[in-house]
Amino acid sequence: MEPAVQMTGVAKAFRTGGREVLALDGIDLSVAPGELVCLLGPSGCGKSTLLNAIAGFAPPTAGTLLANGRPVAGPGPDRGMVFQEYALFPWMTVEANVAFGLELKGEPRAAIAARVEELLRQLALWEFRDRFPKDLSGGMRQRVAIARVLAIDPPMLLMDEPFGALDALTRRNLQDELLRIWSALRKTIVFVTHGIEEAIYLADRVVVMTYRPGRVKRIVPVPLGRPRDTASPEFNAVKREVSLLVMEEQARHERAERGVAAD
Amino acid sequence: MTRGVGHFLKSIAVPALVLLAWEALSREGVFSAAILPAPSQVVVRWWQYLSPLEPYDPAQGSRLAWLFSGELPQDALGSLSRVLAGFLIGGGVALPLGLLMGRRPLVHDLFAPLLEVLRPIPPIAFIPLSILWFGLGNPPALFLIALGAFFPVLVNTIAGVRNVDAIYIRAAQNLGAREGVLFRRVILPAAMPYILTGVRVGIGVAFIVVIVAEMTAVNRGLGYRILEAREFMWSDKIIAGMISIGLCGLGIDVFMNRLNRWLLRWHRGMES
Repeated sequence: MEPAVQMTGVAKAFRTGGREVLALDGIDLSVAPGELVCLLGPSGCGKSTLLNAIAGFAPPTAGTLLANGRPVAGPGPDRGMVFQEYALFPWMTVEANVAFGLELKGEPRAAIAARVEELLRQLALWEFRDRFPKDLSGGMRQRVAIARVLAIDPPMLLMDEPFGALDALTRRNLQDELLRIWSALRKTIVFVTHGIEEAIYLADRVVVMTYRPGRVKRIVPVPLGRPRDTASPEFNAVKREVSLLVMEEQARHERAERGVAAD
Repeated sequence: MTRGVGHFLKSIAVPALVLLAWEALSREGVFSAAILPAPSQVVVRWWQYLSPLEPYDPAQGSRLAWLFSGELPQDALGSLSRVLAGFLIGGGVALPLGLLMGRRPLVHDLFAPLLEVLRPIPPIAFIPLSILWFGLGNPPALFLIALGAFFPVLVNTIAGVRNVDAIYIRAAQNLGAREGVLFRRVILPAAMPYILTGVRVGIGVAFIVVIVAEMTAVNRGLGYRILEAREFMWSDKIIAGMISIGLCGLGIDVFMNRLNRWLLRWHRGMES
């Protein structure tokens, strides 16, 4: 089967303050349809840059990048994005936020209303449909953001540290919710995180990235059934392996920052 | 309750004392009535100015129309409708132009130099030219009011568009929004807090300009009426007119506040 995401030699260079910074270099990665892949690494490893490239917000400067079999030319509703900052439209109610993507598709009103109601009920948001985002908790906002992309039914979800700003209990709740949605709808998910446990809890494969320039350091498969028990020895064996890899990169990150400070 | 009464007494104490002293001094003849009439005389004059000229006659039309047939209501309606019409013209040009200038650097670079030269000229300085171009009556007044409203709306709209958080644009594009929808449903509402600031400033300027324009070019309205009263040395009517102008300004302010609060009910820090 054709991969959902296919990257060959993807690189991305930025110019900041007159200096060329290589954020991504030589990324070869493919994601199978229906697979849940986590991109993991310390901040500055380019994992969000990579996700933004797949989303079509910032094209790579080298290499080829195919999503759903086509070269990525710009953002589009076949790759639904969930942002860390939720990015809900604050001037729209919960209901209007979720309906927005369907309205853009030009679907009939009745169909939109039915689909929105179904999603809001599914995600326990129905009672809050008339609220504005400012009146919701962080966890509820992120559920609205997930409902908003699910509404347009994209084959792929791109998630940029979506649960990073939430407290531990709410985070676990939403992780389980996401796994439920994923196993029901079988969407491809590319999930960016810097949480080692989160990555292992969710992913089929964890892609550990190097600190600047971001490269694929190692791809660690997680051969555990779901639901996963974070206290089990098997889980912790994977966690130990991944932690070592991430800590190496974290150490490089810290050395680099100290180096900059010493300049 | 008693605290409420106490607060009320405190807040009216000084104004009441000033009015009483003013009334007493006027009655003693310290000020001539032509220079500073007693407050009671101003109130009487204000009432006359407000009241219908003819007794109510059902054959002439509705009661509401009769109630508004006095000189003051007619003047106030005239002035306010000029403000509204002029503001709609000025704001109506400034809003789309500001949206485009904020979003498209090319449009900004093309228009900015001309606008930056014109912007520091106070709209009132355009009075002679506007009379030359449009003659007397409403046209020059509408031109001046539109001009006065134009720049505050324009400048704030540009700032508003530039300050739209890129993440909303990304989110909308990700959901499939193209440029037209993006403008209407994302950029415009996201910039609304700035735009409304511009609208409020613009309306305020328009209200100043309408009074001056009526004094020089229109020969109708609240501004004209107090200038006319000076010719007859009717100081009581001048003051009554000034109070009316103040009340209209207050009314605009209250209305704008309400509108603001309703339009921005989604905004953080706005309590519904």
